[in-house]
Amino acid sequence: MSGKNVLKRIDWPSIFIYMSLIAIGWVNIYSSTFSEANPSIFNFGTLHGKQLFFVGACFVAIILIMALKANFYEHFSSLIYVISMVSLLGLFLFGKTVAGATSWYDLGFFNLQPSEFAKVATALALAKYLSDIQTDIKRRKDQLATLGIILLPAILIIPQPDPGSALVFFALIFVVFREGLPLYYLIIGLLAILVFVTTLMFGTIWVGIALGLSIVLFYLLKKKKFKVPIFPLILVVVVTILFSLSVNFVFNNVFEQRHRDRFSLWLRLEKDPNKLEQIRKTIGYNTYQSEKAIESGGFSGKGFLEGTRTKGDFVPEQHSDYIFSTVGEEWGFVGTVTIVILFTLLLLRLVYLAERQKTAFPRMYGYGVISVLLIHYFINIGMVIGILPTVGIPLPFISYGGSGLLFFTVLLFIFLKLDSNRLKEGI
Amino acid sequence: MKKVLLSSIILIIGITFIGRLSYLQIFSFSTDQLDDPAIKAIYDYPERGYIYDRNGKLLVGNDPAYDVMVIPREVKPLDTLEFCNLIGLDKETFVKKLKRARVYSPRLPSVIVPQLSKEDYGRLQEKMRHYQGFYIQKHSLRYYDTKSAANVLGYISEVNNRDLAENPYYVQGELKGRTGVEKTYEDTLRGKKGVQWIQKDRFNRDIGPYKDGALDTPPEQGKEISITIDKALQEYGELLMNGKRGGIVAIEPSSGEILSMISGPTYDPSLLVGRQRSKNYTELYYDSIAKPTWDRSILAEPSPGSPFKTLNALVALQEGVMTPNTKVRCYNGFYVGNVKRGCHCGGGIRDMNSGIYKSCNAYFASTFRNIYDKFETTDEGMDIWEKHMRSFGLGGYLGSDIHTGRPGRIPNKAFYDRWYGDNRWASSTIISNSIGQGEVAATPIQLANMTAAIANRGHYFTPHLIKKIDGKDITVPKFTELRQTTIDRKHFEHIVQGMADVYNKGTAKWVRVPGIEIAGKTGTVENFTIIDSVRTQLTDHSVFIAFAPVIKPKIAMAVYIENGYYGSRYAGHIASLMIEKYIKREITRKDLEKRMLEKTLEHEYAKPLSGEEFKINEYEW
Repeated sequence: MSGKNVLKRIDWPSIFIYMSLIAIGWVNIYSSTFSEANPSIFNFGTLHGKQLFFVGACFVAIILIMALKANFYEHFSSLIYVISMVSLLGLFLFGKTVAGATSWYDLGFFNLQPSEFAKVATALALAKYLSDIQTDIKRRKDQLATLGIILLPAILIIPQPDPGSALVFFALIFVVFREGLPLYYLIIGLLAILVFVTTLMFGTIWVGIALGLSIVLFYLLKKKKFKVPIFPLILVVVVTILFSLSVNFVFNNVFEQRHRDRFSLWLRLEKDPNKLEQIRKTIGYNTYQSEKAIESGGFSGKGFLEGTRTKGDFVPEQHSDYIFSTVGEEWGFVGTVTIVILFTLLLLRLVYLAERQKTAFPRMYGYGVISVLLIHYFINIGMVIGILPTVGIPLPFISYGGSGLLFFTVLLFIFLKLDSNRLKEGI
Repeated sequence: MKKVLLSSIILIIGITFIGRLSYLQIFSFSTDQLDDPAIKAIYDYPERGYIYDRNGKLLVGNDPAYDVMVIPREVKPLDTLEFCNLIGLDKETFVKKLKRARVYSPRLPSVIVPQLSKEDYGRLQEKMRHYQGFYIQKHSLRYYDTKSAANVLGYISEVNNRDLAENPYYVQGELKGRTGVEKTYEDTLRGKKGVQWIQKDRFNRDIGPYKDGALDTPPEQGKEISITIDKALQEYGELLMNGKRGGIVAIEPSSGEILSMISGPTYDPSLLVGRQRSKNYTELYYDSIAKPTWDRSILAEPSPGSPFKTLNALVALQEGVMTPNTKVRCYNGFYVGNVKRGCHCGGGIRDMNSGIYKSCNAYFASTFRNIYDKFETTDEGMDIWEKHMRSFGLGGYLGSDIHTGRPGRIPNKAFYDRWYGDNRWASSTIISNSIGQGEVAATPIQLANMTAAIANRGHYFTPHLIKKIDGKDITVPKFTELRQTTIDRKHFEHIVQGMADVYNKGTAKWVRVPGIEIAGKTGTVENFTIIDSVRTQLTDHSVFIAFAPVIKPKIAMAVYIENGYYGSRYAGHIASLMIEKYIKREITRKDLEKRMLEKTLEHEYAKPLSGEEFKINEYEW
């Protein structure tokens, strides 16, 4: 195959957005880690220098991905998955511990994070399994196998401990929904979250009242001929109430104080100003500081390298998980909204690309890519702007982190390669 | 459905994020830089400007003060006993203070010993470096080189929340002029603090200048000022006011410069500086009987009394309703309808000259009527009379550079229409104004200014306190421009002659000063108070206006002594002593001086508070 064809067929809008995000990311990493003493861009001793090296590595990886045959990924996805799981297992023996989490292999020059690799591998394996002609997602057995593929890496990652990364894999369930898993799983899941939050914020009584009101509403709006299944309805009510009560029990008796604090911080449960002040200084410190940094940026921001809170290191982990607060402080509303729009456009573009695939594997893999990117983007920014609880996962393409940047790039470009090849399928 | 599900979720997330971001960055956004913990302003305070008197004598300077400060978390174990000896604290107090400082903040400095003496500072300075976490902070306090003029100089105190809200210049803990020239010339005296912006990290450590110091500003020195007060005269006047309540204002007629501005009782300005400030202030402020913080020289608004007759005479001359030779017969009083009003001049035929120097009430009642009778309606007469009176600076604010003041009162037709009803009053109704009783009211500074206008034969300069700023004479047009009264110059000589005769043969012949020709006018002002809801008359206020010398006057003044009885008794004596002091710089009449310095009026002031019946206007000398 000729390189000319790939350049013609590849989806340039996605690549353009990708490159914009990488550029924005690097500029903000430079700013977050900037010190007057060491302003050089190409110093690989600095974090922004390292990141620049990985940007270069990404381009090498992109060329390799484009050079390989499109069906390579489908054929070798199982193998890749196995290698990935072994690499996760290997962490228990050879892993390097950084900041309390054994998530890295020390490769001398840099630390490799296999959980990032596992995201690519799992997305490939899931697509491969679901696209198999013999798999029927309506079947309980196949549902369980699918769940197994998704859960295995999560289970291996949780003990590192890195619950944030583990959480990402659950997002792959979207792929399964797209491919026919009944929607009520999703609805039940969402309702459970709703009941959980409502119970914590307003108590079981209000959950009951809300439930009663919805039943009354249901009776008023139903078609006349519709026969109400009384027994299942009662079951739903009982289960909901029991669930709500158990939420209270678990929250108060099973959760540890630090967990409770996180939820009370997220749901703004604490009203006592003294305790609130205390929370701001302890577990709420990151969120409070990042919110303040973003707020202080105003509409147009303080300007490149002018972020006072960024310079003063007020927000911890600002070059990695909290990079978005740097954008907020230095580039203001203009900057933050630009990033939100870029992500929205990229994700919508990828949905469009996935939907135009003629065959199952690239489509499902595409959905896998979207799910992984979306959950990172959603949880990361949601956490930094204070509407989601603190979960430590990076913002794709923007946050500092070599493994992350490299494998997000690989994740995306495998899909773009598959997409560029969609008309030649079977050749 | 399933195909749009993911797209919808992506869009909903995007919209939610943008919503939250607009809340944070657009609605909650505030530009207040001091809100930012990452930037800290370090201020460099310039020394507050000195204040000198008109002859270059120091009134207010600065005293360095030294506080021993501590930053608790930097304190290393130390020999407590030795250190306590050094700073002059006992061990228990020291331990307690250290603990309190730690509770306040382990990071921020607290005061351990405030305001060391210079000697202690000298002793401590070299040994201080052995004690880590402790240091000496220098700042400056106001130092007063006089016990007088508290009301003129004013005081400074820490800014409050209202100041902070009104003027963004000030920062918590800074000092600001509250009253007097400290307030009026606050900006000049204060200078401008320098600011250095420092970038801080989250451990509150300095990590360098903010924006490379682009926003930093150097301090601007406070400027020294000279005020028009004559320190010696002011101090002398305050001594004379010993035990008396009232106000004295002396003005240099040729410039409007206020030579002294005395309020009795007063207080030592040093009381409002330093460690005892708050206690002293409370005591002064809550003395609601003597009111030492109430400046009577500019705030008291008694009826002016007889000195006001001079103005009525001037108006009559200007309007041509009387000549200096117009004769009026005094029947030991005069009639308003069927009611007789008294007069103490002795009766007989009066012309303008003797009317003034004998202070004849009947003569001026006629004068007043004649002014009004010239016009067809009382309203017209009233307008003309009011216009003349106001041209002397009465009945309104003078526009001086004193931080506070009162307008006094010149009643007008609207005032009487409200009081009596339209067309229900006439000159006879308001005849008391002819002798400076009734509804007219004037502050001592207005009386002094009026006297200056007479001394200048028809004009005055707005009274003011500022003389020099930073060694340069002021050129404020408001204070250097001549203000003309509505009375022609030629009419004044008659009045001046009358006032000179007050000394030569009139009501003040006993208070003449050898070698200085003085023109003056006595006043005895009836006044009332309310005791147990009964209107009760008190001993008359003693009022006196004077200027000297008669030719080329150097000083014009008004003295107002509460309950001092007749005009020459206290006010006249005090005025003559002050004029002598100012012009001759020494007092020849030692026995009179001694009497004035020693005599107090406390017994008069005690009368209405005693709860018993009392006599007024007792003659005891």
